[in-house]
Amino acid sequence: MKVSNSYIGRPMERVEDLRFLRGRGTYVADVNRPGQLYAVILRSSAAHGIIRSLDVSRALDLPGVRHVLVAADLGAVVPKIPLRLQPLPELEPFHQPVLADGKVRYVGEPVAIVLADTAGIAEDALEHIDLAIESLPAITNREQAEAMPSVLFEGHGSNAAITWKAFRGDADAAFASADYVRRERFAIQRHAAMFMEPRGFVAEWNAVDAKLTVWGAAKTAWYNRKVLAAALDLELEAVDLIEVDVGGGFGSRGEFYPEDYLIPAAAKFVGRPVKWTEDRREHMMTANHARDIACDVEIAVSRDGRFLGLRGQIWADIGAYLRTNGSVGPRNVAQYMSGPYCFENIDLKSTMLTTNKTPSGTYRGPGRFETDFIRERLIDLVAKDLNIDRVELRRKNLVADSQMPYPLASITPFDSSTELDSGDYHAVFDLCMKEFGWAEKSKLSGKLIDGYYHGVAVGSFIEGGAAGPKEDARLVLETDGSLSVYLGSSSVGQGLETIMAQIAADATELPYERITVNHGSTSHVKDGYGAYHSRSTVMGGSAILLAAEKLKDRIRETAATRFGCGAGDVMIDGDQVSWSGKTLSLAGLSDIPLEVEASFFNKKYTWAYGTQAAHIAVDPGTGHVKVLDYLSVEDVGRIINPLTLHGQAVGSIVQGLGGAFLEHLVYDENGQLLTGSFADYLMPTASDFPHIRSITLELKPCPNNPLGAKGAGEGGLIPVGGIMANAIADALSHLNVQPMELPLSPARIWQLVEDANAAQAAG
Amino acid sequence: MQVEFELNGQAVAAEVEARTSLADCLRDNLGKTGTHLGCEHGVCGACTVLVNGDAVRACLMLAVQADGEKVVTVEGLSGDELSPLQASFRRHHALQCGFCTPGLITTAHALLSSEPDADAERIREVLSGNLCRCTGYVPIIEAVLDAGSFYAGQKENA
Repeated sequence: MKVSNSYIGRPMERVEDLRFLRGRGTYVADVNRPGQLYAVILRSSAAHGIIRSLDVSRALDLPGVRHVLVAADLGAVVPKIPLRLQPLPELEPFHQPVLADGKVRYVGEPVAIVLADTAGIAEDALEHIDLAIESLPAITNREQAEAMPSVLFEGHGSNAAITWKAFRGDADAAFASADYVRRERFAIQRHAAMFMEPRGFVAEWNAVDAKLTVWGAAKTAWYNRKVLAAALDLELEAVDLIEVDVGGGFGSRGEFYPEDYLIPAAAKFVGRPVKWTEDRREHMMTANHARDIACDVEIAVSRDGRFLGLRGQIWADIGAYLRTNGSVGPRNVAQYMSGPYCFENIDLKSTMLTTNKTPSGTYRGPGRFETDFIRERLIDLVAKDLNIDRVELRRKNLVADSQMPYPLASITPFDSSTELDSGDYHAVFDLCMKEFGWAEKSKLSGKLIDGYYHGVAVGSFIEGGAAGPKEDARLVLETDGSLSVYLGSSSVGQGLETIMAQIAADATELPYERITVNHGSTSHVKDGYGAYHSRSTVMGGSAILLAAEKLKDRIRETAATRFGCGAGDVMIDGDQVSWSGKTLSLAGLSDIPLEVEASFFNKKYTWAYGTQAAHIAVDPGTGHVKVLDYLSVEDVGRIINPLTLHGQAVGSIVQGLGGAFLEHLVYDENGQLLTGSFADYLMPTASDFPHIRSITLELKPCPNNPLGAKGAGEGGLIPVGGIMANAIADALSHLNVQPMELPLSPARIWQLVEDANAAQAAG
Repeated sequence: MQVEFELNGQAVAAEVEARTSLADCLRDNLGKTGTHLGCEHGVCGACTVLVNGDAVRACLMLAVQADGEKVVTVEGLSGDELSPLQASFRRHHALQCGFCTPGLITTAHALLSSEPDADAERIREVLSGNLCRCTGYVPIIEAVLDAGSFYAGQKENA
């Protein structure tokens, strides 16, 4: 009897783990090609300046140094990196050249590439390159960017790039007639994705076939292939980007960086394979930074606590260039500030400022982590001012199920609009309150116990996912009866092979054990988009569903010919097909592999959502905060693998705690990065945050894809900064401590306590 | 210069520069790429290997310092089957991208080999020298706790 597969929804142990746990993974630094040279990049040590001279002759004299490539070697014009997202013509002045072109604009900007027999020799050679830079005043903050002691791009003439405008309703009218308005200034510190595996590439140019192969692709291989092929004046088919195991991405890895061009170009230039692996210091000064914003935002509320509007100005410090997706964070801060709450009137502007710091891009929950800090802080301030319970204030303003789909603010330029798709925000909120034990824990608010002041806080969030336009899947029933899945989605460590095998097993009814998932390499499918915006499961998974229907048709047709029956009468059952009591094995069913391909198109985002609550304790003497309980409740529509989803949720929360308390990329007034090691840039460790809980639900499936799933890789961290700041304010309410900036480092909290004590003593 | 040591139970030799780190020697000379380099300044712990049973940062130790010693990498902790510790990591989903995993496995193995009864707090303390960006550590602690009973049993039988 036919038994349907039901792998979707099961906590399947991951197939990837079998190699990762035994040291058998293949990350890009593990890839080697015969005869390869090692590349090391000379980077600017000055934040802003004119290159007056560059002499590489002493470096070339070192034994083992083969070449040193400078801008002039790249042709008459140094290629610039185009924008993958929001490619507005007015942003072209801010594109980054792949090598500094006469001018350097941040510490770490590539200036030259050394190719040598070993990485050690290449690093030695850096010391023998004579680079003279005439310094210009470094722009390191908003005040300087606006005062313009220098400009980064003389041709443009201003350090301000463009301003995003989020709008809905009539904000000015709402504020003019509101009972209550509060305006505050907030800031979120520069920090970064900081995935554990350093970036790297191995590139090989085959002159005979005129073919370029690059190992080390991640996230967006197909798009990057287009950029690389165009920059090297090659046909698309002449370039193959290979994704091997990828040690984390979180939005940052896999975007097109200068090295994405430099290493393949060097391999083509010298006609030998070239390998490059960045070190951690290099990573910290070159891979995308994120989240560096300040803002003045005001909220309008009716006397009975109904949110009326949001209005304000945000300044995003994007660093020295606009990277491939550099607009996403600054844009999202404005467009998504309303979060899961009803705000009918919105007027938020977000101005991108260039400074002499590392360029920025997306990092998990781009713009959302920032905007939730601002919004959730404002909500608690409103509750205090209007003497309304902060829980009830949130309940009163959450979007109701009956209001779905609910439009968010529109954004311009590069106009876009979106609407919340589905959800019972109130039910999730109430469940979080109950599971957290709010009624009991909130009794501890402001209490001093064993030297620590206790506080609680709650906040809700939305998480966008499943960006279009499409994803491709190719399914091949091999002649031995096994199924090969080829996907345009890519893996950055999230367990794609397992999840996609679960979906493919259910969709095809073939045995799970006989399914292999191949992903992320441009040779697999004609076109692909990849892993960003929490889209892989929804987009790649939906493409598999569509392809599976085609494959089953092909299998039935093929079997029908063998049985001599109608295709509709054939039943697929595990590893065999049957008709009228006769069976045939899928192995050998056809002499040639049966192959189908399908694309899933999508224009609508999915919106997972949730509520989180936390109980913390603050040591007023040191500013140290203990997180005693952290609970997240999120509805993701449909769960493919509870094990991996839970892992995403918990891991994301801890990343958010890192952003809330620890992580900070600090620059001095000369634009020098002061945090260039893991001793200076603090990330959460195993002993920091032991008490994390997560509940994931399937309350409201997404109406816009056949899986009913919603992207859910980012959500956990989105509200963390706001909730932590609110919990600290609650704990220290007797002092009226109100954190308005992240990170909530011990030094900052201690200073706030000192200031509050001084104010009370004076008052 | 020539360096000779025992690697995963086998005698090995490698020709290295004086400045070659043990990690580079293992990866580049001896093909043991399970030892990962995440920072090369001794903080992230991805390169942790066992030297005479102690968890050691292979990026901070020179290859020549390993001469005559017993070195075990993650590849040496299991055969075709996952070890009980590795199986526990899998069961608890204590890894995502897998890059930090070899260092966590070697560190946890060293801990449980000497302290199979280590409680959650002790495990957190010892593993606080290994950075993981994906998991938030919660499942890692559960996995190591869960594997403790196997090591305790081994100790009793020893």
